[in-house]
Amino acid sequence: MKRRDFLRATALAGGGMMIAIYLDPADVLGQEGSRAPAGGASYKPWAFLKIGPDGKVTILGKNPEGGQGAKIHLPMIIADELDVDWKDVTVENAPLDEQSFGIQRTGGSTATPINFDPLRQCGAAARQMLIAAAAQTWGVQAPECTTASGRVRHAASNRTLGYGELASKAAALPTPDLKTVTLKDPKDYTVIGSPARNQDVPKIVRGEPLYAIDTKLPGMLYAAYEKCPVPGGKVATANIDEIKRLPGVRNAFIVPGGPDLTYTYPACCIGVSLHGGVAIVADTWWHAQQARAKLKATWNEGPTASNSTELFNKRAQELSQQPPHIKLYNDGDVDGALKGAAKTVEAAYYYPFLAHAPLEPQNCTAHYKDGKLEVWVGTQTPREGRQVIAQSLGMNESDITVHFVRMGGGFGRRILNDYMAEAAWIAREMNGTPVKLLWSRQDDLTHDFYRPAGYHFFKAGLDASGRIVAWNQHYVAFGEGEKFAPNTAIGGASFPAGFIPNFSFNASLMPMGIPTGPLRAPGTNGTTFVYQGFIDELAVASGKDPVEFRLALLDTPRTLLPNTRDAFNAQRAKGVLRLAAEKSGWGKRQLPKGTAMGVAFLYAHLGYFAEIAEVSVDAQNRVKVNKVWVAADIGSEVINPLNAQHQVQGSVIDGMGAVMAQETTFVNGRAQQATFNEHRLIRMNQAPKDIEVHFLKTNNPPTGLGEPALPPIIPAITNAIYAATGKRIRSIPIGKQGFSWA
Amino acid sequence: MPYTLNVNGKSVTADVPADMPLLWVLRDVLDLRGTKFGCGLGQCGACTVHLRGNAVRSCQTTVAAAAGGAITTIEGLSPDGTHPLQRAWEELDVPQCGYCQAGQIMSAAALLRRNPRPTDADIDLAMSGNLCRCATYTRIREAIHKAAGNNVTATTAEVIR
Repeated sequence: MKRRDFLRATALAGGGMMIAIYLDPADVLGQEGSRAPAGGASYKPWAFLKIGPDGKVTILGKNPEGGQGAKIHLPMIIADELDVDWKDVTVENAPLDEQSFGIQRTGGSTATPINFDPLRQCGAAARQMLIAAAAQTWGVQAPECTTASGRVRHAASNRTLGYGELASKAAALPTPDLKTVTLKDPKDYTVIGSPARNQDVPKIVRGEPLYAIDTKLPGMLYAAYEKCPVPGGKVATANIDEIKRLPGVRNAFIVPGGPDLTYTYPACCIGVSLHGGVAIVADTWWHAQQARAKLKATWNEGPTASNSTELFNKRAQELSQQPPHIKLYNDGDVDGALKGAAKTVEAAYYYPFLAHAPLEPQNCTAHYKDGKLEVWVGTQTPREGRQVIAQSLGMNESDITVHFVRMGGGFGRRILNDYMAEAAWIAREMNGTPVKLLWSRQDDLTHDFYRPAGYHFFKAGLDASGRIVAWNQHYVAFGEGEKFAPNTAIGGASFPAGFIPNFSFNASLMPMGIPTGPLRAPGTNGTTFVYQGFIDELAVASGKDPVEFRLALLDTPRTLLPNTRDAFNAQRAKGVLRLAAEKSGWGKRQLPKGTAMGVAFLYAHLGYFAEIAEVSVDAQNRVKVNKVWVAADIGSEVINPLNAQHQVQGSVIDGMGAVMAQETTFVNGRAQQATFNEHRLIRMNQAPKDIEVHFLKTNNPPTGLGEPALPPIIPAITNAIYAATGKRIRSIPIGKQGFSWA
Repeated sequence: MPYTLNVNGKSVTADVPADMPLLWVLRDVLDLRGTKFGCGLGQCGACTVHLRGNAVRSCQTTVAAAAGGAITTIEGLSPDGTHPLQRAWEELDVPQCGYCQAGQIMSAAALLRRNPRPTDADIDLAMSGNLCRCATYTRIREAIHKAAGNNVTATTAEVIR
């Protein structure tokens, strides 16, 4: 680490202090993996806190918040090192200013790993400056002073001063080098590790306007936007004049749309183009929608109008019979090992395209005036959203102000900001009049950036002792040539690569033309079902207990990707497996006929999760998830255990939706599921009443959990269904295979 | 035409078409934005309000049908935001994104009015029309029990303790 961190303190008007922290951009960006720096060389991350003269502390939540809880748990880190009581802390939303706050992005379960150390240093540095101010005031040595609950104390003379009384003086002192600040011994944490409630709940339960959809500006009009049912298609003709005469309609016009919408390879996040369509602007959104029902548009549907799930399935089967196009990872001699195996197992696995469906439909309010644009929006990536607008409208980013507000869910959908570009375009057309663009639920479900489907064809060999000696996997995905379509690539060197002596993982790609993007736990939300399902089959074939089989597999020395972000620590995976097995009474409880447990584990987003589901299946294939046990290793600290439990329990129930009923299929290039009757979320009566969450604290840097908690529940349930019924699940959703919820 | 509505104990007038859904009258005309739009089809429950004491989906209720009946929205559930459900929601930190929660609370309030001590099965029945995309169901259930004065035994309470 060659950090060049430094601090800046500023006296606040009216007393108090403000402190900022700077980090070497390379350090933060390195942790963000492949993400391109948004601001290039001038990128300067910091974080803020303010101490008022009354001692009240305000800490800015830097990241977009949509239920993942970072708005609270990042400020908790600062508060602990600052040594203030959490009850004295108010959290406020930071504005979009990546020069000041660093990456302001919600995604990848990265909030904790990126921010933990820098925010600790920020809080500790402020504390050190407050101590220095007190020592100077009293004419004593700083090391003689201690802090607690927002006060500096000099024990020898029994004097104390509150942070509020010291803040102005402290702000004028030289700021310490971050490398020299003393951080707390973790055993002394008072805020980190203590449950903290979401400070927005009082507003939420009183119905106060918090979300982008609640934005209201003087003179604001409302817009509906009809796009081609084939994503990327453009308007050919539309009865615009007729629409303009309908009640409440103020304007209607065609938006031509951006140049490249075939969705083969838009770069994630920024490569979103404006979709062409017809905008209808009216006095209320209902008037706009009523007019939209009378819209007669014809479309140039473009080259992807022949896409269908049926054709994708057929092509995948064909490709599975042919040599793979791309070699991803190879060890040993798979063909030889398969020939020599005592037993071989073959299976084909599938997971579908999947929509995100955040409950707040996409919306954005935009006001264009005098060449400047101001927008109010819920987005996981406000900076990229501003870029998308700038690209789509040919504007300078400096002429665009983005206010990002609480999101009614994200799940990855709001990483991609197509709706911001649409609202901005409409607002420019309505020059001077603010406009709120709102999508219908049908717009949302049929114009998503879907989790891509995947097809996996396996053949594995076991030796006489039941160990896996050969693993051959042909992944059929989407893309062209050797270029994977967005969010279809899988790291070749990921588990179980490196744990099996003869291993061959290859891929073939077929053209897609459907917009795809990151869905909660991208990269593993489908593949975990595949890997942990097939491993379960191998456990059964070997005659071993599924937990013991996995533990034995993890005993193989691991040599892949050491010292990288993706290094997989088999000991940590074993730790969570053992804990989940212990807590669930795995193998120790007598279960009635038709009831069984299933297990799965995952390493992703730096976190280790093992999940065990107890499931009952009746004679009519009605499934009930009785109870779920989750064991998680997210490092040495669980910053906010209350929110951590929320995230894990929500992940489990969210994953249940993917098990039973959720998929997006395509006919003639059109998504077929447009409402919640077709895209079924879990409901209260299906949710398990008890989801036990256990954290295994290990001496590793703390990390996030909003994503890695989700994928393992899917195979845990499908493996439990196998154990209960003998029916092996190789594709999801299982509602198509005769199953339903009890 | 002008409709006179009784919303949260106040008489208000909205000059809107007869078939305009109450949801949009509340949100876009009367500026009561606590009631949320989630699907427009009565499938998610985010728009739940009380009409004549019953939980209804305001996206499926026309202004003409609502006129003349007492309408209660989340903003008017209690004078000062201290309905037992609102307090239980805060205590147990129910929301994640929070978007569905006004509708959840309104459905739960209608349940408690007719059934002050609901069982799990009663809660399942009354609340299954309300989707929560973040899947906060375990805490919603717990908070309803808490507001009802039932024993709360589930895990959230343990973490807070």
